[in-house]
Amino acid sequence: MTSFDETELRLGLPGDGGNKTIEGGATAVHNSGKRGYDETIMDLKLKLSSHDQETKIDHDQKKHSSANPPAKAQVVGWPPVRSYRKNMLSVQKKSTLHNEEGNDSSPSFGTKGNGGGGAAFVKVSMDGAPYLRKVDLRMYKSYQDLSDALGNMFSSFTIGNCGSQGLKDFMNESKLMDLLNNSDYVPTYEDKDGDWMLVGDVPWE
Amino acid sequence: MNLKKKHRTTTNNTNFTFPEDIIQHIFTFIPSDNDRNSLSLVCKTWYNIDRYTRRSVFIGNCYAVSPGIVYERFKDIRVLRIKGKPHFADYDLVPDGWGGYLYTWVVEFVKMYPNLEELRVKRMVVSDECLEIIGRCFKKFKVLSLLSCDGFGCAGLSAIAANCRTLTELDLRDCETDDVTGHWLSHFPDSFTSLESLDISSLSSEVSFSALERLVARSPNLRKLRLNRAAPLDKLSTLLRQAPKLVEFGTGTYSDGHAEIRPDLYSGLAEAFSGCKELKDLSGFWDAAPSYIPPIYSVCSRLTSLNLSYAHTLQSPDITNIISQCHSLQRLLVLDHIEDTGLNALALSCKDLQELRVFPSDPNALVANVSLTEKGLVSVSEGCPKLQSVLYFCRQMSNSALFTIAKNRPNLTCFRLCIIEPQVPDYLTCEPLDAGFGAIVENCKKLQRLSLSGFLTDRVFEYIGTHAKRLKMLSIAFAGDSDLGLHHILSGCDSLHKLEIRDCPFGDKALLANVSKLETMRSLWMSSCSLSVGACKLLSQKMPRLNVEVIDEGADLDPRDDSCKVEKLYLYRTVAGSRSDMPSFIWTIDQDPVAYRLKNHPNGL
Repeated sequence: MTSFDETELRLGLPGDGGNKTIEGGATAVHNSGKRGYDETIMDLKLKLSSHDQETKIDHDQKKHSSANPPAKAQVVGWPPVRSYRKNMLSVQKKSTLHNEEGNDSSPSFGTKGNGGGGAAFVKVSMDGAPYLRKVDLRMYKSYQDLSDALGNMFSSFTIGNCGSQGLKDFMNESKLMDLLNNSDYVPTYEDKDGDWMLVGDVPWE
Repeated sequence: MNLKKKHRTTTNNTNFTFPEDIIQHIFTFIPSDNDRNSLSLVCKTWYNIDRYTRRSVFIGNCYAVSPGIVYERFKDIRVLRIKGKPHFADYDLVPDGWGGYLYTWVVEFVKMYPNLEELRVKRMVVSDECLEIIGRCFKKFKVLSLLSCDGFGCAGLSAIAANCRTLTELDLRDCETDDVTGHWLSHFPDSFTSLESLDISSLSSEVSFSALERLVARSPNLRKLRLNRAAPLDKLSTLLRQAPKLVEFGTGTYSDGHAEIRPDLYSGLAEAFSGCKELKDLSGFWDAAPSYIPPIYSVCSRLTSLNLSYAHTLQSPDITNIISQCHSLQRLLVLDHIEDTGLNALALSCKDLQELRVFPSDPNALVANVSLTEKGLVSVSEGCPKLQSVLYFCRQMSNSALFTIAKNRPNLTCFRLCIIEPQVPDYLTCEPLDAGFGAIVENCKKLQRLSLSGFLTDRVFEYIGTHAKRLKMLSIAFAGDSDLGLHHILSGCDSLHKLEIRDCPFGDKALLANVSKLETMRSLWMSSCSLSVGACKLLSQKMPRLNVEVIDEGADLDPRDDSCKVEKLYLYRTVAGSRSDMPSFIWTIDQDPVAYRLKNHPNGL
């Protein structure tokens, strides 16, 4: 019987728990799902390109001779291309993907959720959740859609509660698979506001 | 206004008094601002006549002057052209909240100039509230042109649509509009029929197509229509058939997402385009599918302007096919997919070409993803005798190519070369590109705008200072060795108006040695150079009519320490004193250094 402490899924900030390993048969079967908390939390400050972060070229690097051009860093504002031109590439890739899935164009104007350049990302936090989510408002057509999506995003936190139901679920192996594959251990990062965010919400570009 | 009654002045020379209303009438034939400025210096009478009859004002820097000062000078303005943020704001170098609020101007102009008809705005923050005021208060409003602006959304646009009964032009080019959704277009009343020009190309979300179609149908004077990316291809022919007199047209997404061509769609487009006999300007073409390109061939021969810079899916052969038919082309915007071969074709086919802009399809790629080199540009410089304006992104350049371009095209007025990797030398000789750019400024005596790139030493600045006497705007990045470079520019370029510099080893000395020059320019931007707080303080003290703004994004600045480095400096002449709307991350000399430091570091200095 595992001790309560070890199996308890805390809702605090990642990193303040120790290694959490799951006992039982789960370990052998689903390696991809099971990871230690510390290993899982990629404690990188992932630098998102363009609007979120900036990287500065070291002043010394600029003095390099021709033989060794400066290392390719994401320099803010260089090359001098307007952001709507830069964004076009990524949106274009997205829409190509979308079209290849064989969707008919909707009766209203335009392809779904794929207006011009860029997306409309908004940070969403739920009290007590260990990390926040970013939502592209453009992907949803109605408040109901958005509400459903948010419900799905944050439902996993309530499943992991240390209520009696939660613990029962936890002991149940198949539920456990769902939990593990779902969102108990996920890669997160700390953004510039100091919030923990789920990796993957914002496309790499 | 009856000038005769109000201003019965007598001239000193009593032998001859010219009736003022005749002078006034003559002045109406002189719209140019420069000429008007000269006229107003002749005598007080003429100054006054100009004061009441000047209809158009251009304000290149919204902080150089105030609404009150404008009103003091001119009493009845109908057209305002105004610019806000520095040019480098286009490349995300100016933080949000910097300023440039149109609201400040509109709120005053409503009282001073109720008959205002046109607002042409560039790089300013335009709020919904501001647009609401415009819609409600200017009863004769005709033209709203917002270039590279942001801050507004659906509410503002709806207010314009609903209230501006005499609107002829609505232009929202290159604006940042994340939140514009909804049916603002439907707010144009059914009785609204005066629209001549509509550019919604920058709007990111869908627009109600039925409202747009109805609007187009009831706008017999519509000559310019630019759709946004969300506009689907299958609606295009319907629209074009409603507006066969269009002179400028911008498509939306120019593909329907399917691999096979739909014959009905194809023929619909072909028919619609061939029906547009006046079409001279085509743009849009997002994700253009090559198979739907032939329908535009019927208009190609008449085109004077073509923008294919969003057509990431067109390759060189497709592009070549198009431009080989555009014999009247004067202006081409295109991606580097055109490649050298396409540019050769351009040089052969488009003898009237005046302006060429080649944008990078993949600016962050480490190596060239397309076969576009300096040779393409050389080719165009040889083949197109009227070429005046160039914006060219490439990955390699040589001095010899620049020599050739300079020799071929002494009539260049704008030369903006961007070699994508910073500090790349002449790829043939590994030398700096000083001599090449030197040839450009020496031969192209009418050059007004120049952007440098590649590996450059102080030498190039010596050439520019010596030869570029008509140069008004200069952009420098990752270039030069020392203050001497900047000194050459400031002391040599007689017509210099706007100077923007980033990542160059220029420090205090050149600036302090040329302080009076700075008042003859509109503005100076220097970021990631070697400026110190001390120099900024000195500058501010010596030149009270300059606003010296230190932008302290990272809250690193310690204005108590004269040796502290200044990350970003924006400096401009003004008669309006220091700004009242500065954000907390800008420091100027009026702010007590200790107080500033405390504000940004409340927990400890």
